[in-house]
Amino acid sequence: MDGHRGSLSSRAWRLVTLGVPLAFLALFFLYPVAAIVERGLRGAGDAPLDVLTDPLTREIVWFTVWQALASTVLTIAVALPAAYVLGRFRFRGRSVVSALVVIPFVLPTVVVGLAFLAILPDGVERGWAPILIAHAFFNVAVVVRIVGTFWASLDPRLNEAAATLGASPLARLREVTAPLLAPALASAAAIVFLFSFTSFGVVLILGGPRYATIEAEIYNQAVRLFDLRAAAVLSLVQLTCVVGAVWVAMRLERRLTPTGQLRTEAETLRAPRTTRDKLVVGTSLGGLALFLGLPLAVLVERSLAVGDGYGLDAYKTLGRPTSVLLAAPWEAVANSIVYAAAATLIAVVVGGLAAFAAAGGRNGHATRSGPGSGPRTWLAGTRLVDSLILLPLGVSAVMLGLGLLIAFDTPPLDFRAAPWLVPVAQALIAIPFVVRILVPTLRSIDPHQREAATLLGASPGRVRREIDLPIVSRGIAVAAGFAFAISLGEFGATVFLARPDRPTLPVAIFRFLGRPGEINVAQAYALAVVLMAVTVAAVLLVERVRVRRGGWF
Amino acid sequence: MIRLYALAGISLALAGCAGSDETPTEVVLVTHDSFAISDEVKQAFEDESGLTLRILKAGDAGEIVTRALLTAGNPEGDVLFGVDDNLLARALEGDVFEAYESPELESVDPELVLDPEHRATPIDRGDVCLNVDKAWFAERGIDPPDDLGDLVLAKHRGQLVVENPATSTPGLAFMLATIAQFGDGWQEYWRKLRANDVLVVDGWEDAYYARFSGAAGSKGRRPIVVSYASSPPAEVIFRDPRPAEAPTGVVEESCFRQIELAGVLRGAKNEDGARELIDFMLSKRFQEDIPLQMFVFPARRDATLPPEFEQFAVVPQSPLELPPEEIEENRERWVDEWTDIVVR
Repeated sequence: MDGHRGSLSSRAWRLVTLGVPLAFLALFFLYPVAAIVERGLRGAGDAPLDVLTDPLTREIVWFTVWQALASTVLTIAVALPAAYVLGRFRFRGRSVVSALVVIPFVLPTVVVGLAFLAILPDGVERGWAPILIAHAFFNVAVVVRIVGTFWASLDPRLNEAAATLGASPLARLREVTAPLLAPALASAAAIVFLFSFTSFGVVLILGGPRYATIEAEIYNQAVRLFDLRAAAVLSLVQLTCVVGAVWVAMRLERRLTPTGQLRTEAETLRAPRTTRDKLVVGTSLGGLALFLGLPLAVLVERSLAVGDGYGLDAYKTLGRPTSVLLAAPWEAVANSIVYAAAATLIAVVVGGLAAFAAAGGRNGHATRSGPGSGPRTWLAGTRLVDSLILLPLGVSAVMLGLGLLIAFDTPPLDFRAAPWLVPVAQALIAIPFVVRILVPTLRSIDPHQREAATLLGASPGRVRREIDLPIVSRGIAVAAGFAFAISLGEFGATVFLARPDRPTLPVAIFRFLGRPGEINVAQAYALAVVLMAVTVAAVLLVERVRVRRGGWF
Repeated sequence: MIRLYALAGISLALAGCAGSDETPTEVVLVTHDSFAISDEVKQAFEDESGLTLRILKAGDAGEIVTRALLTAGNPEGDVLFGVDDNLLARALEGDVFEAYESPELESVDPELVLDPEHRATPIDRGDVCLNVDKAWFAERGIDPPDDLGDLVLAKHRGQLVVENPATSTPGLAFMLATIAQFGDGWQEYWRKLRANDVLVVDGWEDAYYARFSGAAGSKGRRPIVVSYASSPPAEVIFRDPRPAEAPTGVVEESCFRQIELAGVLRGAKNEDGARELIDFMLSKRFQEDIPLQMFVFPARRDATLPPEFEQFAVVPQSPLELPPEEIEENRERWVDEWTDIVVR
């Protein structure tokens, strides 16, 4: 009786975890992108091959791929020491550090671009090197948070045991730590790669006119030249590369995921006691602080500049309504928070369900919870969700924006001006993070633990509540904080959708920076500083909400 | 009781729907990010027309035209404002507008009327001009350039920063200015500019705030930039305290005409409201609001300029210009050739 009820509810659960994310993606992502690509290719008289065979296209694709790979490697190298420190040590201000690293991630590229131009020495301020450095600057948070969170759930005793058995530090790294970390690293690397792959603003500002990514060329073709055919072909090229990259990353992640005993942070973190520990913590965090802090300091300095001196003038004027925004700049703070809260909710619900589906496909409870479960279609479905969910990161924001415009223009799908489209678009970008943070953790939960609970009579729902949820609660909190930050900083889709009298912070910054005049530029920088502060406060606050045994507190 | 309220609510909602079908209560203006209007003027329109004015900002001029082309016949709003000379032919070819000849056109400079069929109506002029940092030149005892020709001289070496015409609207206007000025010699001119160390950046923000020495708070080192005729008054108005004189100046002979036009979108839900809005945008009230809101010049001849503009702005008397059809026909080729000469 109990078993029958259990398998029913688990079937319903599967349907929900798989169905909701798939429906969401199909409606708000696949359909609009397909609509715009179809429009571009429709009636294309000459074969689209000329775009593909153009040597310029090949040059652009090659640059896009190698700079994305190099940016990913650089980002991981810069971020790994800090991820290690956050994953192994307990110290004062640990949560503040993990919130601070998110700041670069939310800042509008044009603001950061201007800050970089101000600090990079003449002669090297443009070219591929500044592009890679800026990508690392923006994406450090991805690696620090995804890898750091996962690291903190790994049992340190494995490493200690290896040490006791005489393994050298290098061997321990190779044989114990690296394999355990691999899934989280693959997740983070995939996201950094996709972000760098579709980078647009950074490449324009810091690369100069000589460099272009596929994304920049799509924008150029679609908006500047109104050649939708070329834009559609390039979008397909981009999509092909992205699908390839996602496929590799997912395979790697699935293959690498070991099943181990995941621990809560109370069990894994230790205070840095020895001099060596303190040195490691100090240099890792100090180095990161220098790397991230310098450009940010420029922004703070600019926001305070008044004539030849310094003052708070720019901040004082933020309460005054201005025609640039059709609103007072302060109101942008409230708008941003409302949109981001809605987007976070959508991202955590849809992304959380997708994570359970994706994790269940391999060694989760769903495939093991009874006869008749784990059919082939289910497995295929979970893999599909797992990969599909990443695609919004890798597909041209320009094309998605134009796609939304033509896909939702006739009843019953007539909501291209609906205000809720803003958080939905922001959630599309935030969901992959939620999934990539949760999946490695969910996959690593020991199935024996679940089986034992089932044997003792726990229903699948109870197993999820009592075993899965407490272990992933930290991950959910981190994911929610991250989702919130992403929505706060999201610009590409928002600028297309936000109502002008309801600007978000990045939109307001962009509008101010589009005007000449000292007060306008100072207000732009002041709003950038406000955005940093709101981000840190929001991430700290969201992460306080933890899931405890049995439900949300 | 509760059911009663619910019923009342539903019938109210239905009444609302029916009302919006018959007599529209709002008019939607689709425009670019630089659009601005003061509260009083917006209120005045709403009071006079009984319509709510909803403003939809949808990117820069290129983006709004792209969106209008994609949604031609089923537009996002009723009026599109912000099409300029460079994009006009493309918008007309895409058949996005419904012709409307506003009675207010009488007061507009006839030279600004680019479309004889009145599918697009001129609203303002925002010419793209070289801006110079006056202090920089004064300190060094060098004269700023008088026209485009001067830029290739040795004394102006390494001083100019321009935007990439492939990615920036003012950049495109400046390239067109050189074509209007030098005709077939424009490519040779750019080769000389390149030899004279011109710096190309991708956007106006980068050029003005990061490279140009004359912008407030800029650490830039180049004293000549491609910007707008109205940038100098903005440098005065947005500085506290206001300087007695504009810190930057305009090279009048370098200006390229940029007219911004508006049109009734074909398929508009509120066509009457759209016409009313076009009339209003040409009214003295709106026209005199334009300079301090959008930092461009009104199209109406009898509009009074604010004192800051009278004092610090230059209205270029005979700006360089090219016919919109010629621009549309050659734009892509010119930009490609420019890229080959200047960037590669």
